[in-house]
Amino acid sequence: MPDTFFTKSPHWGWWAVSEFFIAGIAGAAAAIAALLWLFGSRDDRFIARYGFAVATVGSALSGLLLTLDLKRPERFWHMLLFSKTLGPTFQKWWAPMADGAWALFLLGGFSFLTLVGSLADRGPLPSGLAFLARGVLGTVLAALAGIAGVFYAGYKGVLLSATNRPLWGDTPWLGILLLASGFAMASALLLLLTRDRSPAVSQWLRNLMAGSLALTLLVVVILAATLDADVRRLVLQNVYGVLLVVAVLLGTLVPLALAWRPRLLGRLTLPSAAVLVLVGGFLLRMAMLLSSEAA
Amino acid sequence: MPEPMGFFTDTSVCIGCKACEVACKAWNQLPARNGGKVTLSGVSYDNTVALSGIQWRHVKFIEQFSPDRSTGRWLMMSDVCKHCVQAACLEVCPTGAIIRTEFDTVVIQSDVCNGCRACIAACPFGVIEINPETNTAMKCTLCYDRMQAGMVPACAQACPTQSIQFGPISELRQRAQARLEQLQAQGVTQARLYGHDESILGGLNSFYLLLDEPEVYGLPSNPQLPSQKAAPASALSAAGAVALGLLGLAGLRKQRMDRLAAEERERRQQAPETEG
Repeated sequence: MPDTFFTKSPHWGWWAVSEFFIAGIAGAAAAIAALLWLFGSRDDRFIARYGFAVATVGSALSGLLLTLDLKRPERFWHMLLFSKTLGPTFQKWWAPMADGAWALFLLGGFSFLTLVGSLADRGPLPSGLAFLARGVLGTVLAALAGIAGVFYAGYKGVLLSATNRPLWGDTPWLGILLLASGFAMASALLLLLTRDRSPAVSQWLRNLMAGSLALTLLVVVILAATLDADVRRLVLQNVYGVLLVVAVLLGTLVPLALAWRPRLLGRLTLPSAAVLVLVGGFLLRMAMLLSSEAA
Repeated sequence: MPEPMGFFTDTSVCIGCKACEVACKAWNQLPARNGGKVTLSGVSYDNTVALSGIQWRHVKFIEQFSPDRSTGRWLMMSDVCKHCVQAACLEVCPTGAIIRTEFDTVVIQSDVCNGCRACIAACPFGVIEINPETNTAMKCTLCYDRMQAGMVPACAQACPTQSIQFGPISELRQRAQARLEQLQAQGVTQARLYGHDESILGGLNSFYLLLDEPEVYGLPSNPQLPSQKAAPASALSAAGAVALGLLGLAGLRKQRMDRLAAEERERRQQAPETEG
């Protein structure tokens, strides 16, 4: 029996599945928004604003779900500061969860500041706050939000790999898998939110979604092929294996087919593909988390 | 600085009396059962079943019988936290709740732990669990409070057969080696030491003399540190981020080139009209 089967489950259940789902979207949304903000047309910055808004709301929800999942939620701040010295926990950089907590904090913070700046720049908020989105400061804040976002979207899988649990600790491919799936989900959500408002950006998001889905598919195949046969049998030859297959079919292959044949369902093609990507991303996280929990 | 202290558990003389479990619970004031209910495992005379947040010592009854039950044996092993020299739980704990003491043992500070459970997923031996009364992760402290007072841990004190021996690690290793040689001279060729040297997580400060393969006792043969797994996972994740970033940048560049080309076409179309 593989060594990972001598361990105990941390009982990361539905709170964790939901948090992994939202974290993937929030992190990748910030990264996509930063790309658009820094390298896209100025006219398309309103779409980047949607990305920073998704990242801001998503990181707040992520933090809430993580706190609720703690056995001592009132001690949530111990994730950011050592309770005895009040030093930042990132001093212990080799503890993945400490890095993740800070990445989430920075992701939410930088995304929020950029969002506020861009809203002030375009009207709804006092123009005095527009400096947050202008000049060097605006560029730096957007870049930092993107970096924190891409880190957080991939960190979730690395966190799982840095355990001794069945499946999670048996493969190094979970980080890139959840990152790619996160990018696909964030592209899909932004497509749904900003549909037809900028044809050029919609095309770009469609291509990014298709590329992310292709990478997700490739990584799932590599993961399954390289996994120890005993681990595969004990963890995935059950309902969770079926769930993984459904997630790949529904959330990856069908949307890829729809991207390949964009007129297949008429005007419904794009929203259908986007919704399937989001559902598939959730099912993928369910399969990855709960299969190990059940082992 | 005191020298590293620990346990040497000689399973060949364990009789499964569970005095160590009782002593541990009594000293550490651990509840008998979750919610006070006493239950029977239904599959073994071992009714405490496993290490947990309220069960810091656990005597395993490994029942090996032939299908016709004509031959059989019970292997007994008093299991406990291994107080690894390279401790996975300590490595991943984000809050600093898990510390290494001056005795080279590993202790969870209950007033710091917030119950994130990273240590549970990281421990390669399945030692740690949440204590339902405190809602924090808990495990053997190697009786840190007793050691500070110069006392022997409760379990070792209570063990009637000296299966659990406590002392300086260097001394325990010598005792373990002598016992192993004695058993092998007596023909017990399956006897072996587990965790006595640096090959397993830099050495276990609670190590064992076993009478069969480690897996038979529920011990992993090659436990690993989480950090060994984080590095390749991070590298792959970074490679994925670069690939997706380049895909996004290439798309934006194409978009800009298309826009410039369209503007150029428009300008050319307008130029003859202006000239005309």
